[in-house]
This record gives sequence, structure tokens and C-alpha cells, in this order.
Amino acid sequence: MIRSDLPVLLARPPALVVGRTGEERSFDCRGILRPRTLALLATALVVSMIAAEAQSQGAASRPGILATLWLWTPVVFGGFLFNLLTSVLSMALGTAAGLLLGLALISLVRPVSRSAWYVTQFFRNAPWLVLLFYCMLLLPFEVLLFGQTVSLPAWLKASVGLALPVMANVAEIVRGGVQSIPDTQWQAADSLAFTRLQTIRMIILPQCLKRMTPPWMNLYAILTMATTLISIVGVQEGLTLTRAALVADGRVELFVPMYLMLLMFFFLYCYPIARWTIALERRFNVKA
Amino acid sequence: MARALGPPLVVATNVEKRFGSLVVLRDVSFTVARGETVCVIGPSGSGKSTLLRCINALVPIDKGSISVEGVEVNDPDLDKLALRKKVGMVFQQYNLFPHRTALQNVMMAPIHVLKQDRAEVEARARKLLAKVRLEGKEGAYPGELSGGQQQRVAIARSLAMNPSLMLFDEVTAALDPETKKEVLVTIRELAAEGMTCILVSHEMSFAREVADHIYFTDHGVIVEHGPPGELLLHPREARTRAFLDQVL
Repeated sequence: MIRSDLPVLLARPPALVVGRTGEERSFDCRGILRPRTLALLATALVVSMIAAEAQSQGAASRPGILATLWLWTPVVFGGFLFNLLTSVLSMALGTAAGLLLGLALISLVRPVSRSAWYVTQFFRNAPWLVLLFYCMLLLPFEVLLFGQTVSLPAWLKASVGLALPVMANVAEIVRGGVQSIPDTQWQAADSLAFTRLQTIRMIILPQCLKRMTPPWMNLYAILTMATTLISIVGVQEGLTLTRAALVADGRVELFVPMYLMLLMFFFLYCYPIARWTIALERRFNVKA
Repeated sequence: MARALGPPLVVATNVEKRFGSLVVLRDVSFTVARGETVCVIGPSGSGKSTLLRCINALVPIDKGSISVEGVEVNDPDLDKLALRKKVGMVFQQYNLFPHRTALQNVMMAPIHVLKQDRAEVEARARKLLAKVRLEGKEGAYPGELSGGQQQRVAIARSLAMNPSLMLFDEVTAALDPETKKEVLVTIRELAAEGMTCILVSHEMSFAREVADHIYFTDHGVIVEHGPPGELLLHPREARTRAFLDQVL
């Protein structure tokens, strides 16, 4: 076997991938979302509902807490799905832009790498909500494209707003990934007369893809949770709709169970991603 | 043996290379004829590896000139890619591309750099792998191969570019004695076929056997050079004698 301090680079024999070692088990769905975790969540929801039920005694004419929650579930879940849509869109935009920005960061042309560095630092260190406000205010509500007026809905502007910090973070992930590949790979590629662009595309990036995946997934989970920020700028997503449902129903005791329901949707989505990220990190031997 | 066959392939004149204030190569001059096998020996840190890297412009030189088949390496307008197509290089740590199979490692450069036909390249790559005795290992990833096998893939990968000159940078230093032999056999065959080779090596017995000419370097200068029988058995310089006493 090659002696390398980069175990990620070693191609694993297929037998190991389907093996039953402790390390591999973490790929199992059971390992990602254990029954214990689910039980904890369910308990929290039930306790909050019992508490709400106790509070609502005396208003017997109204439907029970569980029935009310069930009634609003499609609305809250629909809103949550909108959050997911926003997260996917922002992640896609941010990743595409971040890849380019990351490549600009490692450019040999000094002005290019320098300006990319400034852009990266600016968007990495700016509060997400402030960037979101900027995008909402600075982007027009419609643009003229090929003689056609195309409207830019608020959700699209919000997605762009969230994509900006994602871009900067992806750029850093790309830069870090590229720099983690030993110089000797560049030398080998150089000696075979590959151009720099060919080297990056065919030799360097494919090798750091594995290494970049865990931090990228981590970023995605953070972004998904941050999508609730867009409720502040007036986009109808999960949090907005939950609040609207609470206002429509008008019962204070519903607050805790209702928000807990929304929280659970996010948790059930993000927690497995976090577990999976840890499993991948362990598998690729990447230090967090 | 093969000395003085037509005009020299590599001509280096008064080459100087510094890393900061450290002079790694000082006033180095030599010529390598077409088909000749040259061995560079010397203690660690004597600038041997840097010298090889200067020949294919992986490292720029500060003074003097090196030309390969008439192409001046120190020319600011040098087409590095054109130069590197002529010069193959094999490294101590193999440096195979770990995400590609042995066959793909050999095929990549001819397809993407030389833009040759894929089917043709594949046929040639398979032949080259067979030549370095790796038939059956085409689909193996570098991580699944032994050091010696990886090094032979690396040699095949360089040969696939049809270079006029091969540089070997301590290619057996990371290998155990058995696998070392497989690699040395491959290099010996190449040299016998008339490939021009420059080797940096610690294998004195191999150098004696395969080299047409040996250069001994120390502290960035060529202390002395000559045919193996002469240099290894009757060194003129005290420094060479001291070095040979240690390694032989």
C-alpha cells in the first residue's frame, strides 16, 4: 500500500464498503436516526400537548389540541416544504458560484485571487440576515430580459440572499480541498504536460470531492435551518405559516406544540444529515 | 557504449539554481547523448533531484542554460507543455492519480494532452502495461497495487507520451528489495532499447550495470564524472572516495 498521510486518497477495496465493521455501521439508517432519538422527540411533543390540553380546560366547546394540530399539519408541513425548496435552490446557486469563487481563490493571477479573497471574506463574515435584507431591497422586483419583463418574486430574491454566504463558504471548502491534495500530484500532472485547468478538473477536484462532501453537507444543514430567516423579509414559509395558523386559531396554549411540530420537521430533516456527515468524515478520515 | 551517437539530446551549461540564499546547483555542465543512460549519484541534498526537475522546467533555473532536443528550457517564452511532451518523469513516490485505475493513469495524458484517439491509446496503454509486466492489473486502483507495481505503472504512464528522454528520480528509494528489482529490470530493458535516461539513484550496483556515464554531485557541484568502471572503481577525488566508501 502507498504510504500516505492522506488516507482519503486510497481507493478502498469494495469488500470494505459492504463490510460489517463498527465504522461501516454508521452508514446504517438506524445509526443515523436511532429509535431513541425518535422516542425523545415524540415524548416532547406528547408532553407539550398534554400541557396544552390542561391549560385549555374550560373551553370544552372547541376541538382538542391533537385534533387542532392535525388540522394545521398540512399548512405547517407545506410551509416547511417551501423552506426545503429554498434551501435546495440557495445551495445550488451558492455551490455553483462558490466553486467558481474557490477556483478564483487559487488562481495564479494575483489580482484574481486577491479580489476573490476579499469577496470571500466579506460574505463569510457578514450576518446572513443583513445580506438577506440587502438582497430584498437592492434587487429589483422585475427585470427586463430579452425585451421581456420577468418578475423577481420575493422567494427568489431571498434565495439569492441566502446563496451569498453559502457561496463564500463553499469557496473556502473548495480552496481547502484543493490545498489538501499533495503538491506531488500537481508535479506529476505538470510533468505529463497537463494544463493547469486540466489538472484541476481531471486530477485535483475529483480527488478532493470526497473531502469536500462532509463540510458541504454541514453547510447545507445550517442553511436549511437558516431558511426560517426569510420569514422576516415576508416570504411565506414554514415559520410564517405556523405563526399565521396560531393567529387564526387564537389559542395561546397551542404555541408550544405548534412550534414544536415545525421544529420537529426541521430536526427530522437536519439531524440525519448531521449524523451522515459525521459518518462520512469518519469514513474519509477527515478531521472536523 | 552508446556514447557519442550523433548530437547530444541534453546540453546543460553552467547551470545555477538557488532557493533563496541557498545555492542548490552551481556551475553544473553536462551533455547527454541520444540513447545514453546517465546516472547521477551523490549524498542527500546534493541537488540531484533539483537538477532533474530543472531539465523538464518543473523548477526554473537562475543562470546558465539547459536545452533538450534544441529547446532552451530557460527561455522566458518556453512552451513548457511542448518540452514536457518530450520529457517523461518518474518520481520516488510514484505520484499516480489515486482516483484512476492503472490503465486510466496510463491513458489520461495521451488522450487529453496529445488528443490522440482513445481506442489507439488504449491499445498502446495495454501493451505498455504488459511490457512492464502488469497484465491483469489494468483495472486496479493505485491503492490496490504494491509499491513496485505502482512504480511500473508510473513508468508506463510516462512512456505512453512517447518521450525522447526519461528522468528517474530515486524511483526505487521507497521500495523494498524484491519490488525494487522488478522496477530496475524495467529500467534496464528501457535503456537496452535505446531510450535516453537520466537516473538519480542510490543503487550503485545498478548504476554500474546500466549507466554509460556516472556523475557524482556534492553540494550542488559536479565533483567528477566518468564511465562507471572508472568512476566507481578508481575515483580521482577524495570526496567521491569518501562517498563511495559509505555506500558500497
